[in-house]
Amino acid sequence: MEKDIAVLGVGMHPWGKWGKNFVEYGVKASRDALRDAGVNWRDIGFVSGAATMRCGYPGYVAGATFAQALGWQGAEVNTSYAACASGSQALAAARAKILAGQCEVALVVGADTTPKGFLKPAPGERPDDPDWVRFRLGITNPAYFALYARRRMDLYGDTPEDFAAVKVKNAEHGLENPNARYRKRFSLEDVASSALVADPLRLMDICATSDGAAALVVSSLDYARRLGQADAVRVAAISTVTPTFASAVVEMPDIATDSAAAVEAARFRAALPAKAYEEAGLGPEDISVAEVYDLSTALEMDWYEDLQFCPRGEAANLVRSGATCIGGRLPVNPSGGLACFGEAVPAQALAQVCELTWQLRGAAGPRQVAGARVGITANQGLFGHGSAVILKR
Amino acid sequence: MSKSQVPVLPGWFAIENGEPHLLGTRCRACGTYYFPRQTLFCRNPDCESEAFDEVPLSRRGTLWSYTNAMYQPPEPFVAEDPHVPYTILAVELEREKMIVLGQGVAGLECADLRVGMPVQLVLDTLFERDGQETITWKWAPLA
Ligand SMILES: [Zn+2]
Repeated sequence: MEKDIAVLGVGMHPWGKWGKNFVEYGVKASRDALRDAGVNWRDIGFVSGAATMRCGYPGYVAGATFAQALGWQGAEVNTSYAACASGSQALAAARAKILAGQCEVALVVGADTTPKGFLKPAPGERPDDPDWVRFRLGITNPAYFALYARRRMDLYGDTPEDFAAVKVKNAEHGLENPNARYRKRFSLEDVASSALVADPLRLMDICATSDGAAALVVSSLDYARRLGQADAVRVAAISTVTPTFASAVVEMPDIATDSAAAVEAARFRAALPAKAYEEAGLGPEDISVAEVYDLSTALEMDWYEDLQFCPRGEAANLVRSGATCIGGRLPVNPSGGLACFGEAVPAQALAQVCELTWQLRGAAGPRQVAGARVGITANQGLFGHGSAVILKR
Repeated sequence: MSKSQVPVLPGWFAIENGEPHLLGTRCRACGTYYFPRQTLFCRNPDCESEAFDEVPLSRRGTLWSYTNAMYQPPEPFVAEDPHVPYTILAVELEREKMIVLGQGVAGLECADLRVGMPVQLVLDTLFERDGQETITWKWAPLA
């Protein structure tokens, strides 16, 4: 049975703090993707939206919101919410529809507008809400990333300079990416002199939040052939597995992990790409480029190990050798990653797919990874959500 | 005159036999521990138990990782003015095989800490307002 689908078109609205309605970003990205695909909006049979939780009811029903904005034309709609993996889950819904033969060509789109200032939990005494509990005790988002980073330092000998090198790399990669929000070169010294937020992480080790949108037009391979795009980039795997009890790593917003007293502890981050590799019949040795969720610089290094690019504890060697720079053996985040984009939750997983599509087409311009054939994305968010998508040419 | 004291999270910790402990639950069927306490259903995918015993958790553990908070967190955190940075410790309890977060005791700095070192739980002030102390658990290195 056929299990791949084709990526016919990709489009993005540049990341930034534009202060506009998220629908505007989503429509721009969708129109770009449709144009890139050479597909008429009227031919789209399924609109799969990634929800945003910060833009009221239109955000909860993002698929319908975008379909209406583009002009109701009778397509079926879906909206997916899965935190950082929302885009991948929306893509998975489109793939299921296409592979079931219920639709030939679909639009997948996610967009977000970020509020001004800090995100904080709702007021009142709410000890049943883990988010309320951890803020009450003074444990903010950067603290979790810092705990992972510090553990790397004490266990594996990673240094703050290694973390800074990831920022320097990603900033270099994103310099000429027209969709990136931050396009500025940084030195190790720049990172080291930025404010300490949560030891050992500094301001420049941690990603911001942004507005942005990303969209894909995907189809059956047969439809792609009829369109003369038999050699289109293909989606070879989409993994959106949950964690397996018992969690081995303390995750935001929890105050404690599961107990592994009765069941062996399992690493969620490692499970995501493992399923994708299995589904694609490919392994880490086949990967030529990756887009991973660098919520912090040190977290990018955790991903190298969870993606099996190197044994656990050896990610710093990949950074130090330059292997993950464009021009290296296995470039990571050629787009510039979250370091250059900032996170736009429902759009981010799709933006990763857009970048890999450009890379596999050989159309990534100055940030092109030479000879890219297979790419993988990886991200992880709140409440057991995460995804890994494999694309191949 | 002792100031009045209230726990930040009632029922989450207590003093038993003169020693402070976090209060958790343990599944009667499979032995999985829960903190915060779980009394409705066991989350072990191979266990359908809905029976739990209340248990004090180990007071001692080993340091899994640590950091600090250089910036004042948003509400519902109650901050000093100006903000006084504090450490945050992630501690692995050996018997329960779980990691529990908490602040480090006042005066503790990251430079004093090392992954793997033994630590123990104490009860201490989280913040003080209008003559009333709000008490929480904190972690302290063991000598
Ligand atoms: Zn059980």
